[in-house]
Amino acid sequence: MHCSVELMELTRKLEILADAAKYDASCASSGAARKDSRDGKGIGSTGGMGICHSYTPDGRCVSLLKVLLTNACLYDCHYCINRRSSNVQRARFTPEEVVQLTLDFYKRNYIEGLFLSSGIVRSADYTMEQVIEVARQLREVHHFRGYIHLKTIPEASQALIDKAGRYADRISINIELPSQQSLDRLAPEKNLTNTKQAMHGIRERIDENLAAKKESRQIVNRPRVKAPVFATGQSTQMIVGADDSSDALVLHRADELYRDCRLRRVYYSGFSPIPEPSVLLPIKPPPLVREHRLYQADWLLRFYGFDVGELLPKEDPNLDLDLDPKLAWALRNRAVFPVDINRASQELLWRIPGLGTVNVARILAARRWSRLTLADLQRMRVNLKKVQPFIIAADHRPRIALLESPNLRQHFLPGPRQLELNFTAPPPTTPADAAMALSGQI
Amino acid sequence: MTHAAQIQPTFEAWRAKARELLRHGVSPENVDWVDASQTASLLTEEPTEYQIAPNASVKVPAEFLRLAANVCAHTDERRFAILYRLLHRLTLGGEKHLLGMPSDRDVHQCNMWAKAVSRDIHKMHAFVRFRLVGVNEQNGREQFVAWFEPEYRITRLAAPFFEKRFAGMEWSILTPDECASWDGEKLSFMPGMSRHDAPAADAHDDLWRTYYRSIFNPARLKVQAMQSEMPMKYWKNLPEAEIIHDLIASSEKRVRTMIATPERPVKPALDNAYLKSLRQKPQKS
Repeated sequence: MHCSVELMELTRKLEILADAAKYDASCASSGAARKDSRDGKGIGSTGGMGICHSYTPDGRCVSLLKVLLTNACLYDCHYCINRRSSNVQRARFTPEEVVQLTLDFYKRNYIEGLFLSSGIVRSADYTMEQVIEVARQLREVHHFRGYIHLKTIPEASQALIDKAGRYADRISINIELPSQQSLDRLAPEKNLTNTKQAMHGIRERIDENLAAKKESRQIVNRPRVKAPVFATGQSTQMIVGADDSSDALVLHRADELYRDCRLRRVYYSGFSPIPEPSVLLPIKPPPLVREHRLYQADWLLRFYGFDVGELLPKEDPNLDLDLDPKLAWALRNRAVFPVDINRASQELLWRIPGLGTVNVARILAARRWSRLTLADLQRMRVNLKKVQPFIIAADHRPRIALLESPNLRQHFLPGPRQLELNFTAPPPTTPADAAMALSGQI
Repeated sequence: MTHAAQIQPTFEAWRAKARELLRHGVSPENVDWVDASQTASLLTEEPTEYQIAPNASVKVPAEFLRLAANVCAHTDERRFAILYRLLHRLTLGGEKHLLGMPSDRDVHQCNMWAKAVSRDIHKMHAFVRFRLVGVNEQNGREQFVAWFEPEYRITRLAAPFFEKRFAGMEWSILTPDECASWDGEKLSFMPGMSRHDAPAADAHDDLWRTYYRSIFNPARLKVQAMQSEMPMKYWKNLPEAEIIHDLIASSEKRVRTMIATPERPVKPALDNAYLKSLRQKPQKS
């Protein structure tokens, strides 16, 4: 039990240091190695799907205790509320305070684990050591088996990054902006080459660990060699709308990182107004829907076999805000359609607007035994209005006139919307903004 | 002839009855499934006379058993009958590939039920909130109790997750239908209890609300997105839900204040050795 003065102080720190962490979009707690606490020591488990324990009214999930160790910072990144030029209140947790908060929250089933980041104080290595100390205490002193995500600093030494990776399930380095030019203007202390090098270093460790695990599984008759433990994934975040980078630049950078550093996720964080704004920032935030379209395009790159050039042709380097990127691609490539859902390959089915990978798998399974009709698709909850112009089914051929018509785009645009009857939400500034905000919802 | 199959509404009871009926080749249209917990106890089941002698046992894919366990936890009163029809078609009906056909009506219906139940289980894993009630004096283990109201009868299906995660504590989860309890060694189940049997609050709820308030970004209000993932039916047992309305109501003003704040000028770099080193060698050697 805390005495009341201590509790007030802890509450004040939590307020400042959670507020300071909210601009990091990452919330994943999935993809960790399987572990649990059934040996009776400590608490916690990971593995399989992550759990969102709550949702805030911004629609974001709360799965981890996401805080900074301190929001004091030497750097001056203009999009960040914690930059040294900001007059925000500063605070600093001791490692023990974060450890206790994590355990107390975890035992009440508020969270899946901890996401710890920090402002840079004194030096990259000093800061990294403080962050690692929290994870070390959780794992070694309290046998905590929950999820730990550590934000690492690219300029920290490889030995410290390795150490962070041994305690964490995930480590991440934020690339922040897609080009060095933008970094120079908005985050002068950050360096793209350093960041990429550090990501390569992490990738090597993850790969080594995977190989060691595989090897230890193959040894059947010998006593099992314990595989070295290392984080199972890394991720990063790019801020969108704080500089003038095009979607093509953002996605090419993301694609490069997925390929070269095998990231689990790139998070796109639409720049949003912060208290303590900087003179170098745009006054108007980008529409939330831009972030949403980037996530959709990102998904198409990773799971649907598209490449960046297909989604963003040279003459049009920004995503269509009104249509999802697959639909926009289909409208530019109508010669591919119609596609026969009872015959086409998986790769081609993936390219039909309105069909996700799950429904494609269902179609492939079901068509082994029968020829699929529109009613079958409806039962799989496929959006018929969206797929119909593009497919042939057992009982359906699309109107070629519609597929060739210049008005096809019109067919998919959202109709005049009814404004949200939500007496609790503040009125949006303009109807156009309202429509954007609505269609921006995932 | 019609067979009255009166069972307790559990997967185990359905499976035992379904096996018996299937062994005797009873067709689905001849079975009248009745939930024994919903009917007066006067209606005791008469021993059934089967027209066909028992067959050797039939095999079903493991996938079907997983599906059936979830479907049985649902509350739709047609579930036992449709599940039996599915089982019958899958085995005696010779439609071995049935489960691979998500477009089939019975498969589709059972998948929908199973999905609803599995979502409810997932939400239970997410939204149970433990409250500290004491410490076991013999072994020092902390003791927690939670109250939860799931939509379906899922306590048994949801409990193993809590066992794995919170094995080092002692805990009970109370629900109206069935309660689960872990004493550090063994999981056990008891009949349902009432909300008043669980503590109403925990000393950490205030800190948790502080965190929830602070991690919320008022500049990105998306109330519908929140509600679709955290439906209001769960709010009454979530300590953080009581501040949601205030957060929404105050967000517009907060954003206006942010936008109206005069921009901060850039502060020059501090005299710091590390920052100097960054400028001297822009790349890691």
